[in-house]
Amino acid sequence: MKRTRQILSTRIEAWVNPDPSARSIVPPSGHTAWLTTFTSAAMAFLAVFALALALASHRLATRWSDALERTATVRLSAPEDQIDLQINAVLAVLQSTPGVAGARALTAQEQRALLAPWFGPDLPIDALPLPRLIEVNEDSPGYDSEGLRQRLAAEAPGAVLDDHTRWRKPLAIAAQRLRLLGILSIVLITGATAAMITLAASAALAANAQVIKVLRLVGARDGFIAAAFVRRFTVRALAGALVGTLAGMAAVSILPSADAAGGFLTGLGFEGWGWAMPLALPPLAGIVAFAATRASARRKLQEWT
Amino acid sequence: MIAFENVSYGYDGGSLLSDINLRLAPGSFHFLTGPSGAGKSTFLKLCYAELLPTAGRVTILDQMATSMTRDDIALARRRIGVVHQDCQFLDHLPVDDNISLPLTVSGSFADPRDLRELMDWVGLTPMARALPPQLSGGERQRAALARAIIMGPDVILADEPTGNLDWDMSLRLLTLLVELNRMGKTVLIATHDLNLIRQAKPQVAARVLRISNKRIQLAGADL
Repeated sequence: MKRTRQILSTRIEAWVNPDPSARSIVPPSGHTAWLTTFTSAAMAFLAVFALALALASHRLATRWSDALERTATVRLSAPEDQIDLQINAVLAVLQSTPGVAGARALTAQEQRALLAPWFGPDLPIDALPLPRLIEVNEDSPGYDSEGLRQRLAAEAPGAVLDDHTRWRKPLAIAAQRLRLLGILSIVLITGATAAMITLAASAALAANAQVIKVLRLVGARDGFIAAAFVRRFTVRALAGALVGTLAGMAAVSILPSADAAGGFLTGLGFEGWGWAMPLALPPLAGIVAFAATRASARRKLQEWT
Repeated sequence: MIAFENVSYGYDGGSLLSDINLRLAPGSFHFLTGPSGAGKSTFLKLCYAELLPTAGRVTILDQMATSMTRDDIALARRRIGVVHQDCQFLDHLPVDDNISLPLTVSGSFADPRDLRELMDWVGLTPMARALPPQLSGGERQRAALARAIIMGPDVILADEPTGNLDWDMSLRLLTLLVELNRMGKTVLIATHDLNLIRQAKPQVAARVLRISNKRIQLAGADL
């Protein structure tokens, strides 16, 4: 255990503070340097938008669910002379139902206001055979909707319970799929970054075959040779991803801010602590570059034995 | 140090070396000669596990070459200094960084005084910060020798080290190798230059080996 700790400590120290000449063993120039940095920057830029999409979808799903989740409506159609009786019957049923926090019948003015966007403010509501609406507020953990339906059918035959499930489900599913799409985009971007960096690292190793030959001649272990390339590519990927992330955050920040009228499109951005989340992308790119280059270097060095 | 027992090496169905038996004792000095293409470079590559025998057994610093891992080979090469005719440097690094490369790859640091002393010894101090392509053939060979010995190896293998040098520079390099042998290093020089071998005879008790008909023989009075 002590020996393992010592080896680990030595390796970390060698990684963090290597000999300056060890850092320069890989020639600094070459198109792979530009390719790695550019790829990381571009992918990080795209990943910021994918992350913004995922977070916006999550917020939307939460908002829709919260808005619809805790309310229900009882729609009551009955002859004029029985309507008040049935309203009272429905209210009595609701008040005695576990999981119902409260219920009240909407007034004529409130129903007129609901219809105003479609029929205008002067709708003669009393002259129309409109059903009466009773708003139901749920308690946690909610009520048994099927049981309530049966009781309502028995006490007030004209009453129909609408627990918003048919609205809530498609909206929640759509929002969840958008969120999954955002996460899938990030996964694909990460995979594409790994593939590009693997290609760049393989090209760099092939271009530096002579360097590797000399290093082996003087007694370099594969781990040392791989680390020289891994360090170089990780630093490049980190730097590129940092630039790409900052550019992506700047681009997201100039998008229109969220408002109710704009809906989803104007809500495509970060809020509060969400602004800190893109800052995880450069370390992620570094980890991806580290793993991709290390695997590529090990494979190539094995081939060149 | 290095031992060959019934070693053969061949490729593409052909045989280049056959039934080689040889032992490089600690502190010994050997010349290996033979015509171009006879297998001198191949023999040297077998000595530092750049190639593995197709038959027989090569023992390098008490380890059998065929059972060494890549890390084992790397560690063995830190104890075997190799000087090639074409030298093989990292052209983007200055000469002093190239010379201290074996220390760098082993995780050690070159003591500036030791490095300066070594560069003085091979006469390269003024060229310390030059890049390898800026060096002459003789300077490159001396830089390669300095790199080969900076780790204080037990064995020094030189493959045609004077191939690109004029006679004066060849003698100077030979003198450096003889000095190293007097310090206790095992030296093996592969060369086709018989004059160089004759020049060395008065300075050092060297065995001269010749590759002929795929085998190694002890060369005698004809030298």
